[in-house]
Amino acid sequence: MAAEIQTIPYRRVYVWELPVRIYHWLNALSIVVLIITGYLIGNPQAIFNANEAYQQYWFGWVRFLHFTFSYIILFNFVFRIYWGFVGNRYARWDRFVPHRWSQLRDLWETIKTDIIQTKVHGRSIIGHNMLAGVSYFVLFHIFLLQTITGFALYSSMSNSFFPRLFAWAVPLFGGDAWVRQWHHLFMWFFVVFTIVHVYLVFYHDYFEGKGTTSSIIGGWKFERDDDIKNR
Amino acid sequence: MEKNIPTIRQAMEAKGYSRRDFLLFCGLATAAAGLELSGLAQVVQAFETKARPPVVWLHFQECTCCSESFIRSTHPIVADIIFDTLSLDYTETLLAAAGAQAEKCRDDTIKNNQGKYILLVEGSIPLGNEGYCMIGGKSAEQILKEAAAGAAAVIAWGSCASTGCVQAASPNPTTATPIKKIINKPVINVPGCPPIAEVMTGIVTHILLFGKMPELDSQGRPKEFYSRRVHDTCYRRPYYDAGLFVEAWDDEAARKGYCLYKMGCKGPTTYNACSVTKWNGNLSYPIQSGHGCIGCSEAGFWDNGPFYQHLGAFPGFGIESTADTIGVTAAAVTAGGIALHALTSNLRKRKLIEKNKEESVVVAPISEETDKKEVVETEKGGDEDGKSSS
Ligand code: SF4
Repeated sequence: MAAEIQTIPYRRVYVWELPVRIYHWLNALSIVVLIITGYLIGNPQAIFNANEAYQQYWFGWVRFLHFTFSYIILFNFVFRIYWGFVGNRYARWDRFVPHRWSQLRDLWETIKTDIIQTKVHGRSIIGHNMLAGVSYFVLFHIFLLQTITGFALYSSMSNSFFPRLFAWAVPLFGGDAWVRQWHHLFMWFFVVFTIVHVYLVFYHDYFEGKGTTSSIIGGWKFERDDDIKNR
Repeated sequence: MEKNIPTIRQAMEAKGYSRRDFLLFCGLATAAAGLELSGLAQVVQAFETKARPPVVWLHFQECTCCSESFIRSTHPIVADIIFDTLSLDYTETLLAAAGAQAEKCRDDTIKNNQGKYILLVEGSIPLGNEGYCMIGGKSAEQILKEAAAGAAAVIAWGSCASTGCVQAASPNPTTATPIKKIINKPVINVPGCPPIAEVMTGIVTHILLFGKMPELDSQGRPKEFYSRRVHDTCYRRPYYDAGLFVEAWDDEAARKGYCLYKMGCKGPTTYNACSVTKWNGNLSYPIQSGHGCIGCSEAGFWDNGPFYQHLGAFPGFGIESTADTIGVTAAAVTAGGIALHALTSNLRKRKLIEKNKEESVVVAPISEETDKKEVVETEKGGDEDGKSSS
């Protein structure tokens, strides 16, 4: 019946520290809320149409949520940048910015293993791989553009100093109409990103069996002993 | 050499206005310039002592709707600033002189009032070809530059002079250029197609009164009239916040006067005073008469997308594609790519999957006998279905 007993030792690796996990989920929540409310602001649906104006304020609330979460996502991100300097090695800023040859090699290796799949079995990488790092780095820039366009739009309806710091972007984009247009288009980048991100988490979990999905909840990943040694 | 320029009061008296008329004019000017009533004395004093400034009004590529709007200013005395009180020394549309005489009229005004005259420009400058808009053998650019050199203040009337308007709409065949890009002097941009008459008179009054330019925003527009969006003071705004929108031009919501946002109203992206000052003597404005704002005072409004649709077309993606079309396409392509990737991954990595399964251990259920003893068995190719190969 059974062949020889084979033991494969695994180790728990504490990858995502609590602040990183909190950042991740706050960010995820903000992105979802911002996408939904933002889409509604662009395309309000004819709901509650039977009421009179004095009975409701739903569109106002949708906008309120959008503005609130824009602050949350921004300052959450500011915190994450800080954590990129004080956090553990998996959270460090240099995991997002390829600046060493070995990182470029990792990048190419990931592309070979996971994208074009000329390689079946890739080297084990703890934390996120370099391709993921680079795509987050791109995401950060789109996020920056989204922040600029969003607060630039917001600046005309706010008396607070903060959104006004972004008012310069309006003439740069050629008026509010274009700022709005780009803000809307960038939203789709986040939609696409989210789809790919979730898929790849499932993909890695399925092929590698290291607990990728749960790692962002508990913080732990599971690595084979020999993978750790052969790094 | 130059006749003594009368003060504004003297000029009005010469036209037969009484002191009462003069004071009424001062009151209106005070309001137009956005001063408090306590500023009235200051205004009266200014108009009694200040010489009326000469004005040169140039027309380039435009439709004269700015002039039309201006002469319909509802405060007739304020409108008279230009036609009676100011000395309108040169304007093609209303000029009595013709030909060389008219040219001389302009040149004299410029020469004799260096640093004193106000230059009002209507229309954009066709840089594409000198021949377009050429007057008396001088290109539009040349005329503008000559006139601007000695002007005390330069005002760009309307969207043509401020941002290029319809002539500058893609593909801009004449290379229509707003005047601020041609002269290197501060320009007061007064966009709108046309601008509101009261806004125009308000700005001229401001210059008359204070002898300097009103406060401008980053796009050169006077803050007092262009710092808020049409949307911010729109009387339909409560419907917007309540989420009550017109869905079709003839639906019940349209009859009830709900917000026109979904009909493409550009109020939320347009900076102008329409919903406060309104038009035709405070009578109405586009939204009040049931039509959305088309954003005529915004830069490049002809190319900012369809008037009846909220999101504009994206350049390079065809006329009908909005950000949403692009986004949905991208999302669909991504989903397709993912499906393909999942499929090929399973095929290409089937060995890996098998290997992983081989490594899987079957943990036997804990029975009473083996309570303390760990029983671990490895089954080749085993999975929970028990499709064991051995
Ligand atoms: S009608 Fe236009 S300007 Fe008025 S509230 Fe609606 S969107 Fe804003």
